[in-house]
Amino acid sequence: MAYGEKVIDHYENPRNVGTFGTQKEIKESAEIGVGLVGAPECGDVMQLQIKVNDSTGVIEDAKFKCFGCGSAIASSSLATEWLKGKSLDEGLEIKNTEIVEELSLPPVKIHCSVLAEDAIKAAISDYKAKHNN
Amino acid sequence: MSVTLPMYLDHAATTPCDPRVVEAMMPYFTETFGNPGSRNHSYGWAAEKGVSTARQQIADLIGADSKEIIFTSGSTESNNLAIKGAANMYAKKPAGETGRGHIITAIHEHKAVLDPCKRLEKDGFDVTYLAPGPDGLITRAMIEDALREDTILVTIMWANNELGTINEIPEIGELCHSKNVVFHTDATQWVGKMPTNVKTDNIDLLSLSGHKMYGPKGVGALYVRRRKPRIRLTALQEGGGQERGFRSGTLNVTGIVGLGKACELCAQTMDDERERLLVLRNELESKIENALDVVQVNGARDRRLTHITNISFGFVEGESLMMAIKEIAVSSGSACTSASLEPSYVLKALGVGDDLAHSSLRISMGRWTTKEQIDYAADKIIEAVKKLRDLSPLYDMHNEGIDISKIEWAAH
Repeated sequence: MAYGEKVIDHYENPRNVGTFGTQKEIKESAEIGVGLVGAPECGDVMQLQIKVNDSTGVIEDAKFKCFGCGSAIASSSLATEWLKGKSLDEGLEIKNTEIVEELSLPPVKIHCSVLAEDAIKAAISDYKAKHNN
Repeated sequence: MSVTLPMYLDHAATTPCDPRVVEAMMPYFTETFGNPGSRNHSYGWAAEKGVSTARQQIADLIGADSKEIIFTSGSTESNNLAIKGAANMYAKKPAGETGRGHIITAIHEHKAVLDPCKRLEKDGFDVTYLAPGPDGLITRAMIEDALREDTILVTIMWANNELGTINEIPEIGELCHSKNVVFHTDATQWVGKMPTNVKTDNIDLLSLSGHKMYGPKGVGALYVRRRKPRIRLTALQEGGGQERGFRSGTLNVTGIVGLGKACELCAQTMDDERERLLVLRNELESKIENALDVVQVNGARDRRLTHITNISFGFVEGESLMMAIKEIAVSSGSACTSASLEPSYVLKALGVGDDLAHSSLRISMGRWTTKEQIDYAADKIIEAVKKLRDLSPLYDMHNEGIDISKIEWAAH
């Protein structure tokens, strides 16, 4: 599989790797939303965490971890870059097709971008769910 | 420590030609170019002499008589000829009917065995696909349990291409002979690495390939037993009646000469090579196992070809691992790289979970692999796995004591 330059750059220098705490701490923190999507048996799992400013509703920080191919790692790395500084509603507007375009993903890797979009939506809805209770 | 990159550790996929093989082939392109089928002039006789030397070199490597060697284009063709040829020859009923006979094979055979078997199922034969144990082995006892009154053919590979595991071939052969069942083995990975004697190992049909043993691509052979019992086959391709009618077509003289030379070299070097590569593989495996947790060597450890290892690295995905060690050529157990997201069916057959099957590398060494290369590769692999585990949410969960198999994943 020949990768594009941007995929290789994100793969070799992934942005915003990490978590804001252990699984338990994150679950309990009101300012963090987490999206865990994919499945190990399918060969990719993405974990995307957003830290949101409660008063402004802006995503101030984002972190990811990813088990998956180079394109999956690059897609989630890119998602964290794009999310920072966006409002929750702006975050929901990120489309997988934009990720495909930015990273020049080949057709067989489009599912990686879909997974990244799913992770964004899951993290935002997790944050929202914490605040509706 | 200095090594040249890229580094080739994928000898189970193919091997480079030994320069001595190329040297032996050269005159047959331009000088000794005759058709061995030309019986009436010296050009034909000279080419025929080269072919006949090669036939003897191959026969010597596997303990056969030179008359029992049929040249083919490689193991895929040899397997097709053996399996379809024997099934159609020994069928209990004519084409077009069902219940034409029973065939036994295994689910983790190479596709070049499985697909001919599937074809025969469509053509009225019954096929039993045996599942190996977690060690990857097919034993005589498994075959004995699967044999039926109408079994006509058993086809089991000698050594598995993804794992290097060695099946109980002489034992299965003995069983087949006692039941008058034809026995074929795909010995593509085995021949040239391990001592072979088709007579005492009870083989009726054996496939081998030039490019897996430092010979050229596009040439292989099928051993067809001529005595006790005499095996007959229905030919797949018809024409000039070459190879005693088993395989029509002008012989690939250059390739055949190369295959013969490759066999001669393997016979001379295999014992030393086997021991040398065993030392290197032990070193590779122990280095990796000492440095990393949650690694698994797949297949029966004490019944493997010495140059192959198949290792699963928990919580790391195979394709990204290959990308991290991109200057080292190995194979991934996950077929993600070939555009379908299927983990290796061979590893699945052993009961290796899909997650670990997605995370495996097959590393296969060869004639020119050095200790320096193996040390370098081990360090690179360890470094890459550590890097990817830093990225892996699954490794975090594992370290936090979360059972990943208990999470309800949204499969996609």
